[in-house]
Amino acid sequence: MSETRRIAGAPIGAAQEAGPANQGTEGADLTQALIDRDTWTDAEVAASGIPMEDVDLVSVGGGLGSFALADTLRIAGLGTGQIRVLGDNSSPTATYEYLAANSQIPEHERLRSDAGSVMDNIWGFPSYALREAWTDKSLKAVWQVVTEPILAEYYTPRAGQVYASVRREAARIGWEDMLRLGFVRMIRKREGGGYFVVHTPQGGSGGAKRHIYRTNFAHIAVGYPGVAFLPDLQEYRERTGDYSRVVNAYEPHDHVYAETRTRPCTIVVRGSGIVASRVLQRLLDDYESGAQIRVIHLFRNYVDGPQGDDPKFKRPGRNGFAYQAFNFPKSAWGGQLRYALEELEGDARSELLDKMGGTNTAPRKSWSDQLERARKAGAYDQAVGKVVSVEAMDDGSAIRTRVATSAGDEHVIDAQFIIDATGLLARIEEHRLMADLLDHSGVGKNPKGRLDVERHFEVRGAASGPGRLYASGSMTLGGYYAGVDSFLGLQYAAQRIADNLAEQGLGKKLGTGRSVQQWVRWARNKTP
Amino acid sequence: MTPTLFGRIQTRLFLVATVGVLWTLLIGPALAGMMSDPDATTGDVYRLAFGALVLVAVVGIGWELIYHALQQYRWEKDWPTFFGLVTGLPEGIVVALLLGAGLPWDVGDVPLGAYTVHFATTWVLIWLVANGPMQVLFPRWRFRGGQLL
Repeated sequence: MSETRRIAGAPIGAAQEAGPANQGTEGADLTQALIDRDTWTDAEVAASGIPMEDVDLVSVGGGLGSFALADTLRIAGLGTGQIRVLGDNSSPTATYEYLAANSQIPEHERLRSDAGSVMDNIWGFPSYALREAWTDKSLKAVWQVVTEPILAEYYTPRAGQVYASVRREAARIGWEDMLRLGFVRMIRKREGGGYFVVHTPQGGSGGAKRHIYRTNFAHIAVGYPGVAFLPDLQEYRERTGDYSRVVNAYEPHDHVYAETRTRPCTIVVRGSGIVASRVLQRLLDDYESGAQIRVIHLFRNYVDGPQGDDPKFKRPGRNGFAYQAFNFPKSAWGGQLRYALEELEGDARSELLDKMGGTNTAPRKSWSDQLERARKAGAYDQAVGKVVSVEAMDDGSAIRTRVATSAGDEHVIDAQFIIDATGLLARIEEHRLMADLLDHSGVGKNPKGRLDVERHFEVRGAASGPGRLYASGSMTLGGYYAGVDSFLGLQYAAQRIADNLAEQGLGKKLGTGRSVQQWVRWARNKTP
Repeated sequence: MTPTLFGRIQTRLFLVATVGVLWTLLIGPALAGMMSDPDATTGDVYRLAFGALVLVAVVGIGWELIYHALQQYRWEKDWPTFFGLVTGLPEGIVVALLLGAGLPWDVGDVPLGAYTVHFATTWVLIWLVANGPMQVLFPRWRFRGGQLL
């Protein structure tokens, strides 16, 4: 762990000047002087006694964002020794799987992702549809992907297929060799260029308390800091301490479904995005197999028709939902809307993002048919309005939600559970590492309040001499690329970052020859 | 696919000039027997088939303008794979009519059998290459709306 190598991009001789990486002392910790200073010198870090290691690139997160970048760079020619991935799970899909499972997408269900958004294959070929056809020995998936969305609904892959293929690719690229488990406490600029990444290794017993990586290039893809609640539900939870009857769809909440099997339950679902659709499907599947469930779907904004006045930019909408296949129009990932967004700054960019994105769900006939069946049977009702209050009833039998309708009436809904399906916490300052960066490194926020990055995903204001800091994933929404929080978006970001790294002197740009050669190696499951 | 206008045109010209030309060279000798004239040579097939390729490339730029205009009415601003396949039908008919009218050079009466086999196989092959292998050859192509330059 004490290998000494030149920091990529630094002038020749810099490593000597900087002094070798050191073994440090176990138990050595950050000093207050270091914590208070924005920029650290090699001497200060050496004096702290914290073990230090030089590496070309550190990726913080260890989830799908780190995986996409590591995969791209390994294919472009970097070795496992040049990359360190710092994360808190051994599998890059762990967090995704956790959130997907909680939001009621078991492995056999399909994600909301395009056939070509192939997480384990940077080329997008062969698509999930072709592979499913191959595995199932059936042309059904091929027919669907060839005729989508004209004669068939969009093909989307099963969650289990995505996870299994990422595990295979992770093994192929040597993920375990690059990964170090633990938490990243902070990233601070280094006097003379580059960064110090302060890591708290997992395991504790026997190992060092802290470990520092000295690097010229760092990448952050830490995802969402947590789950978010609507303000009235957040207030209810804080006031009552009741965390089991008001739940977020992304938290474990199987007890809700379990209780509906033992007694009649009314459940309020808040939200009208894809997660709400999933939760409604789970509840109504249970209802249709005998559970005594009544769902009240509460909308704040009710979509009763197509959105937009421009005939060239009108999104379908009905029955409360805005519909589109993916979370943005397809061309936002690699077509004309990607170019359009790249040209915009500030509020104009924010407005286009809102127009293309916002709350929406996938148009699936099975879902709308099920809602219609349940509505006729009296198991699914919709309510629209602004929540006035959420109170636990004195006898503990229900939670009462008072809703003010636009007509000026008040509407009362008593329910055993409220499921908040409105999303995840996106305030970046809630994340410890992000908060530290905002305070100490000169980075800023974009028009959506998230981390401000360039078109090539370099974090603005974070350059340190020849050193560059990059970020990808959900924390960069509001930048020049819409689909940051998606498989394909993570791959796009990885490609832009890898190309920029090549310009900075780390690695080479992937050209046609190597691309084809590497694709063949991928197909044969050989190391890059 | 999610092409831009320049991406459409560049990809069309590239694929016609590569896949289209190679496939035409390969399939030419096999089509000689399908020409209306029993004495037709491979050279006659090439005269017909390369004429068709030139028209697919040149007239195709006009078609792409139309497709791009139609794409503006799609929320996704995409061009479904299915459209890429079925547009071969109107394009094939127009190219046959133009060949019959002596464009880009005189090929006499268009022999329907040889023409249809050549046009259909070339079209499907280009469509297949555009829907996968291109991404392997050019890993940035799919994010750039099909632009190669």
